[in-house]
Amino acid sequence: MKNTISARVADFLHNYPPFNEIMIRELQILAQEVQIVYKVKDELIFTENEKAHDYFYVVHKGAVSLSKTANGDFVDLCDEGDIFGLRPLMANENYKMEAKAYEESILYAIPIAEFRPFTKNHEGVANFLMESFASNTRNPYSIGKKGKLFQEGQEESIPQNNDYLDLQTINYSKKLISSTSGTTIKTVATLMTQKKIGAMLILKEKLPIGIITDKDLRNKIATGEYPISAKAKDIMSSPVITYPKKMTLAQAQMAMMKSGISHLCITEDGTPNTEAVGIISKHDIMLELGNNPAVLMKAIKRSNKFKKIKTIRRGIMSLLQGYLRQNLPLTLTSKIISELNDACIKQVIAISLEEMDTPPPVSFSWLAMGSQGRSEQLLHTDQDNALVFEDVSQEELETTKSYFLELAKKVTQGLQSIGYKYCPADMMASNPDWCMSLSQWKERTLHWITNPGKDEVLLSSIFFDFNISYGNRELVDELTEHIFSITQKYPIFFVHLASGALQNPSPSGFFRSFLVEENGAHKDFFDLKRRALMPLVDGARVLVLSSQVKSINNTAERFEKLAELEPNNAELFLACSYATKALLKFRTKQGLLHNDSGRFIELETLSKEEKVKLKRTFKTIKELQELIKLRFKVANLVG
Amino acid sequence: MINWFKKKRKINYPDFWKSYARKFNDSLPEDLNSIRFVVLDTETTGFDYENDRVLSIGALSLKNNTLIVNESFEVFLDQHFYHAKNVEIHGILRDGKQDRITELEALMLFLEFIGNAVLVAHHARFDINMINHALKRHGMPKLKNKVLDTSVLYKKTLIATPLSRPQEVYSLDYLADKFDISTKDRHTALGDAFITALAFLKILVKLKAQRNFTVKKLVR
Repeated sequence: MKNTISARVADFLHNYPPFNEIMIRELQILAQEVQIVYKVKDELIFTENEKAHDYFYVVHKGAVSLSKTANGDFVDLCDEGDIFGLRPLMANENYKMEAKAYEESILYAIPIAEFRPFTKNHEGVANFLMESFASNTRNPYSIGKKGKLFQEGQEESIPQNNDYLDLQTINYSKKLISSTSGTTIKTVATLMTQKKIGAMLILKEKLPIGIITDKDLRNKIATGEYPISAKAKDIMSSPVITYPKKMTLAQAQMAMMKSGISHLCITEDGTPNTEAVGIISKHDIMLELGNNPAVLMKAIKRSNKFKKIKTIRRGIMSLLQGYLRQNLPLTLTSKIISELNDACIKQVIAISLEEMDTPPPVSFSWLAMGSQGRSEQLLHTDQDNALVFEDVSQEELETTKSYFLELAKKVTQGLQSIGYKYCPADMMASNPDWCMSLSQWKERTLHWITNPGKDEVLLSSIFFDFNISYGNRELVDELTEHIFSITQKYPIFFVHLASGALQNPSPSGFFRSFLVEENGAHKDFFDLKRRALMPLVDGARVLVLSSQVKSINNTAERFEKLAELEPNNAELFLACSYATKALLKFRTKQGLLHNDSGRFIELETLSKEEKVKLKRTFKTIKELQELIKLRFKVANLVG
Repeated sequence: MINWFKKKRKINYPDFWKSYARKFNDSLPEDLNSIRFVVLDTETTGFDYENDRVLSIGALSLKNNTLIVNESFEVFLDQHFYHAKNVEIHGILRDGKQDRITELEALMLFLEFIGNAVLVAHHARFDINMINHALKRHGMPKLKNKVLDTSVLYKKTLIATPLSRPQEVYSLDYLADKFDISTKDRHTALGDAFITALAFLKILVKLKAQRNFTVKKLVR
């Protein structure tokens, strides 16, 4: 029976090869047998070596990552309209890869039994499959031939203009510079300097037997452990970890991360028993990724669709990953990433503005609140934003407001589509309460400051970290000015803000053990945000506001400023600044590891060293809370 | 004189009802992934339970986060009662070209399809009431299934703050918008059921993450 749903499925399939070769009427019959599967992020679809299902899959919405579990190598990312899990069915074998929902996804599961006749009766379908199996690309018709369909066999090199930068095969330095094991260190070092390389392969009959990097020279020669007259074989790292010629950027990155090395030796067949053909360095990867903020920035500014920005954001994430791995200072990292995130948001607003029928009636500014306002948002988190527009006459207020609400709706939708989740508490500019004229905002903030109940304090602590992301700066400056002048008049507000800052319980328990969540989806996890970051963020806010420091939103920077203002507490504040950065880095790393916001940490996965590091920040937090308690005499209020 | 204590005469319901009722002898599975949900929507001639009639029922079977296209249900009913003004919304003309069946036939097929599944609908009370009234007209009791309402469930996913009062009513369009679901085929019974099903899946994920979620509580 043909119905609305099967027609919908058929219409979708018809847009993508090989289904575009099939008549829509026949597709509708096939579509009736389809199952529509919903997968939440990180849910498995099949695992390696699992017996093949009776279905293959087409991504309808979302994205699915394919990887080899054995070595954790990321093989491919399937996007809307991409097919996966088909070849094992055709070849009657088990799955050779693991498929996992990279984000929330809807899949069409198509039964192979119903599909097989089409491969016989339709030449176009058969050809598509043959070509895609043979060329090992998912879609031989796509210009980019992005990614690989299967992990084994020949692979085509992939042209440069590729959306999935991290899936292209890597260019390695083919002019291999090498020495033999008997070469003196001095010669090796001289050659490395001459050729401006960071690592030298040591070969024996063309086979790689060792590698010397800058680090070896520093650790083993400069320290005096070995004399300068030593031979290459004395200090080389051996055996060499080798990889095959055809590896994707993502694979190369993973390999380096896994072994903690910065150079990969490439051999003819990937084993140390064949000829060495090149070296891939971390630097090569950075270059290849186009992972340079300027390139990404340009790409953002050029994009005219939300979807394009979404792809670029994946690039930003791998840039972030690279920075963290290289241990760049977090201040710099967060500056760059925030700039890029900011540019994405600006572009979303610009695109939305273009979609509006008319230009804005008056000037406005888009405010980022919370972590984004503090430029501490490295990962995708919830969106917290607000909109303020220029004052208009009473008669025009309603139409003006509805214009901006419509705009805000487009923007928040756009932000959601590029990966910022909606705020569950609806603190977004699309909410009429967060989209107001300048004088309405003044009134609202005045109300918060003069009636500092629990809710008001919470709201102001979210709102007062606002930062402009788009539009008229004067509106924002005026609002800031207003807030400072009223907080002057109502110092009691700070006491409440301070007590709010102390609300989050101290992170360690009586025996200096971690306090973990007791129930909910994150039972036994440590809530890094609530228990460690928030006390610092809240503390910095109240101290900075009460010191009348304007236009510094970043928590670490706030502490640095405070250290400058109060030399007698400088030590503590600098420790706080350091702790903030350390925790933020922690959170970001955890988030990248689990592809989430990094808020909850599974303590068991931490190394001893990491735990000690984490605990050290707790002491600082405790001291900061003591200082706040004393300074604002909070005890009187709470006690 | 009426005997108040006289046992209610046992009505002999038709076979299709009896076989439907028998399916409720087994209790629902406790594992969420084993529960069969039927997501449904009706198109009607209006909003009056007594006078308006069901024009079309669309329903989808949902189990273990999977919708089986083949197990979907879509019927168009032959009704004498008709409001011209609603044609604009659902586009079902009295003499439309869909194959039409009688109300009784539709109900029989529907009961057969739903079995003891947990029913899910947006503003479920309306759809269930419409169907119950149709059942009543044919001398049958009310549906025996458990019912979930996506508009109510959605409210449970929200965090209330003084600045975001939950709305009284969340329309299906609002949910589709929030969850980024295409509103193609909106205002056909099965199309709306499909949108409701996707919204339901997404709401479930949110509910499951909540501290005190249990299957029992969900399907009370």
